[in-house]
Amino acid sequence: MPFIPHTETDVHEMLAAIGVERIDDLFDEIAPELRAGDLGGIPDGLPEMAVTRLMHERARAEGDMLCFTGAGAYPHHIPQAIWQIVGRGEFYSAYTPYQAEASQGTLQVVYEFQSMISALAGMEVANASLYDGGSALGEAVLMAVRANRKARSKRVLVPRTVHPHYRAVARTVVGNQGLELVDVPFAPETGLTGVDALTAAAGDEGVAAVVIPQPNFLGGLEDVDALVDRAHALGALAVAVVNPTSLALLRPPGEWGEQGADIVIGEGQPLGIPLSAGGPYFGFLCTRKAMARQMPGRVVGRTTDADGHTGYVMTLRAREQDIRRSKATSNICTNQGLMVTAATIYMALMGPEGLERVARHSHAGAVALRSALAGIQGVEPLFDGPIFHEFTVRIDGPPVAEILDALAGRGILGGYALEGAYPEVGNSLLLCSTELHTEDDRAAYVEALTEVLAGGR
Amino acid sequence: MSEIPNDLRYTREHEWVRSEDDGTVTVGITDHAQEELGDLVFVEVPEAGTGFGAGDAAAVVESVKAASDIYAPVSGEVVEANDALADSPELVNSDPYGEGWLFRLRPENGDEIKDLLDAEAYGDFVESAGD
Repeated sequence: MPFIPHTETDVHEMLAAIGVERIDDLFDEIAPELRAGDLGGIPDGLPEMAVTRLMHERARAEGDMLCFTGAGAYPHHIPQAIWQIVGRGEFYSAYTPYQAEASQGTLQVVYEFQSMISALAGMEVANASLYDGGSALGEAVLMAVRANRKARSKRVLVPRTVHPHYRAVARTVVGNQGLELVDVPFAPETGLTGVDALTAAAGDEGVAAVVIPQPNFLGGLEDVDALVDRAHALGALAVAVVNPTSLALLRPPGEWGEQGADIVIGEGQPLGIPLSAGGPYFGFLCTRKAMARQMPGRVVGRTTDADGHTGYVMTLRAREQDIRRSKATSNICTNQGLMVTAATIYMALMGPEGLERVARHSHAGAVALRSALAGIQGVEPLFDGPIFHEFTVRIDGPPVAEILDALAGRGILGGYALEGAYPEVGNSLLLCSTELHTEDDRAAYVEALTEVLAGGR
Repeated sequence: MSEIPNDLRYTREHEWVRSEDDGTVTVGITDHAQEELGDLVFVEVPEAGTGFGAGDAAAVVESVKAASDIYAPVSGEVVEANDALADSPELVNSDPYGEGWLFRLRPENGDEIKDLLDAEAYGDFVESAGD
């Protein structure tokens, strides 16, 4: 669909019609100190050719880094077919078209995405996607409070083992809506959230929901069965935060504990989306059918047309912002259509076996790397419990930030420094291994880290 | 012409209110309202024990087109909601004044119901709004 901007003449005519001289005058009622003003540090635009040259130079300078940094976004193999198909004109649009008459392909992809991601999560229904893992958590928390009217509470327990960015985004989303997000500390010896910590954080007040990460941000596998059961015993809904790749190996949240999780969210990037310096990615959100109407966003369904042919159509969107205004389930009223298209093709290409292979290789690589690193003097795994494909080590030596700089100088993105977000773990490093990494890659990492710690630069 | 029973009271938001013998009031949406909304696919009723002021959003009826609020016509506490609607929202379409009732309130103040429209006034209101 064309987006034709207004010409100068259009703008002048419109301003004249309402008796205003400049567009800026329309914002007069906003106090000057509340306006954004000039955005410092953002240069003027460059011509396309100059940008292309600049990007090539930057790419050459970066080189082809060996990436062991996960912390929420993971390097995985992305089959060439995916972006080849996504790039087709029928899909490649800045806006997701939903008119059933014109968009059967797009609608079918969204329907298939919802079906596949629900199956992975062991849930009954998924929406058409959200912006990213962090915004999905914010939306899930709002949804849980809406859905759990019985709790008569707007408190939500959020373990510190949930991704710090997700916690920050959720705080931003719900902060001014009267909700209270309560931190739950983890056990220092295991890096896991204990059930009694949930009860302690709940105190005597009601709790609407408990967030449960699996694997957690520090790499550990939480005792999700016990946590879900405790959440339900507290009268709260259980919101699972999961890595979709891990679901090929780990039990789906729909089967956690006696009754399963109530809402499942996560970051979809591992499913065929390139790291791309942080985005665009997409978030997913699944739930039980009974709670579908409290779900933010929209659902595409399969139906039959007047001639009896299978067709796809927007099925559930009566509570979106354009219809319900301030009473909408969310102020987001769209989805990440293109990223979801890539993820759907990824899941279709990999199949359950392919995804399981990715998960197994990643897990095996991370376990091997953890034990290899434990052999380096000054490096010690912080926790020894089971992991998926990420883990934490403590470094007895120079600050992790300096180590990471030195590793980058050797072409290695060496992990995520934890001390900023988790002062309690000290000089520690979070790192992952995936199916992309060979034994040689891991050996190169071990060698580089050994040299750096021995004082090499 | 939609049905407007004489023994009920009405609001300008197209709700009907019936005074019961036990002092409670039953609330639903009018025949006219269900016609305008079209086929209902979902009805969300309040929990017993919830208190509402007159005019507060108390329930939601969702058609294929939109989700619309149902307001408490008088202030009071919900004593019962029509749980049958969870599985059969179409009752509101087929029997708006009977099996399609939404919830029962115990009014805080018996006088508020007197301020509501009678059948004739509601009929005039629907006619004048229908142009």
